[in-house]
Amino acid sequence: MRRLARPPAARLALDLSGVDTLDGAATALLLALRDEVAAAGGEAEIVGAHGRVRAMLDLYGLHPPRPSLHRPPARLGILDEIGRETLTMLSESHGLDFIGDVAVAGARAVRAPFSINWGDVPRLVERAGADSLPIVLVINFLVGLVTAFQAAVQLKQFGANIFVADLVGLSVTRELAPLMTAIIVAGRSGAAFSAELGTMRVSEEIDALRTLGLDPYGFLVFPRVVTLVLVLPLLTILADVIGIAGGLLVAMLGLDITSNAYLIETQKALGLWDVFSGCLKTVFFGLGIALIACQRGLAARGGAEGVGRATTSAVVTSLFAIVVVDAIFTVLFNAFGR
Amino acid sequence: MIEVERLTLGYGDTVVLENLDFTVPRGDVFAILGGSGSGKSTLLRALIGLEEPLRGTIRIAGAPPPREGPPCYGVLFQSGALFGSMTLAENVTLPLAKWTNLDRTAMDTIVRSKLRLVGLEGFENHLPAEISGGMKKRAGIARALALDPPLLFLDEPSAGLDPVTSAELDDLIATLNASLGMTTIAVTHELRSIFAIARHCIMLDGQTHGIIARGEPAALRDGSADPQVRAFFNPRSRAA
Repeated sequence: MRRLARPPAARLALDLSGVDTLDGAATALLLALRDEVAAAGGEAEIVGAHGRVRAMLDLYGLHPPRPSLHRPPARLGILDEIGRETLTMLSESHGLDFIGDVAVAGARAVRAPFSINWGDVPRLVERAGADSLPIVLVINFLVGLVTAFQAAVQLKQFGANIFVADLVGLSVTRELAPLMTAIIVAGRSGAAFSAELGTMRVSEEIDALRTLGLDPYGFLVFPRVVTLVLVLPLLTILADVIGIAGGLLVAMLGLDITSNAYLIETQKALGLWDVFSGCLKTVFFGLGIALIACQRGLAARGGAEGVGRATTSAVVTSLFAIVVVDAIFTVLFNAFGR
Repeated sequence: MIEVERLTLGYGDTVVLENLDFTVPRGDVFAILGGSGSGKSTLLRALIGLEEPLRGTIRIAGAPPPREGPPCYGVLFQSGALFGSMTLAENVTLPLAKWTNLDRTAMDTIVRSKLRLVGLEGFENHLPAEISGGMKKRAGIARALALDPPLLFLDEPSAGLDPVTSAELDDLIATLNASLGMTTIAVTHELRSIFAIARHCIMLDGQTHGIIARGEPAALRDGSADPQVRAFFNPRSRAA
């Protein structure tokens, strides 16, 4: 039909006298074809329509377009669109606003500690700490186990089997357990915080808090920050123990090292600083994850899709921040000879 | 009770409403009307202090909307905006716990009385997810009334409700205004609600960014010469 409608076929008559029913799609196509021919300078008409077919054509074709309050947006060039999206992203993230608001709320919390919603902390500690313990233990046990396996292959060649305890102990306490635990908490609790606050934001609950005279930072952000700062070091200590246990299993089964020998070697290799430095890092990991998750949640816009975007962004940014903070600490510890 | 002078609202370079002037007398039920995108919700957000005006002033009982401290008004949001992790009683208790020194028993008594006032006695321990949309709005009103404010803001109070529930909610709003003498400002485009509760109203226009009509709803319906106002109040005649 499109071919027929092309010039020089200047006149086209579509006879629908034999058609009894017409669905919405066919109606729209016929009307579009008629308009196409007219736009190309030809002439087209639909004839012979009757009954329900006539009614469908009238329904789709007779009504003038409904006037809209707003003019349709002008088409944008690709550079214009990139610029606008960048500006929107920067203005929506409100990163600096957030940092300022957190600082103000922090000062207020110091002056009036009871302005913080401490009542929420036990519930949050249970969710971020106790509930994530099984996955933290399983992952760190496997990390200790895999590290020991990889080390065992090399150390066996030099008859240095016993040093697997040193390697696992140091790498788990200083790097692997803090990192893996923080990654799990970012994926679990960071995402949950962001989604929760994002949903509250889009369903006007944050606005409701403000109109009740409650500060969202003291009510929502601070309890979450305190929770992760408390929970992450505690989880990391347990992750250290279970990671070393993973190494012990490999040493006993694969390297014929007794548990006593392994534990004595671990004790010799590890100092208090090794465990403490790992835990110290996780305080900052917790701070970063909680602040990023809350910031992304409070900046969420645009319904369910906006909450999804905020949650994804919170997890990705948290993971990036964890690695950056870890690198900064490693450099600092090296610089100070630790 | 509320004085708005030369108020201009917007975002960045975009002006949503420009040079608005109106006053709401104490004890009035005042409706802010307009079609979709006319700036009703933006005006409401400015009145309750959630949006900063680009220009102009808003005075509530002679002072700007408070940014800190106990609120001088209650707000019912369109969705109710109840806190999902709290029961209805905990939602209503929240402002009392924050801004009063009452003991637990006194707070519980007040909370029960507020929930009874809006017809939700017996639902104290229900979570928002366990009740209907109309009940959520009632609970939202109970929370807004917790501190006995002299001023109540309602954002689309009957939106998304069936006609019976909507009429019940309108009756409740009218009763609260009559009994408590509370100044009430409602943003709505539901004709039935407008005529049921509002004594005065203004109508906003998204194209001129201003007020195109003001007065009593019935007078606007019957006497306005503005075609947009006539179409708003008589949608059937426009369709015909």
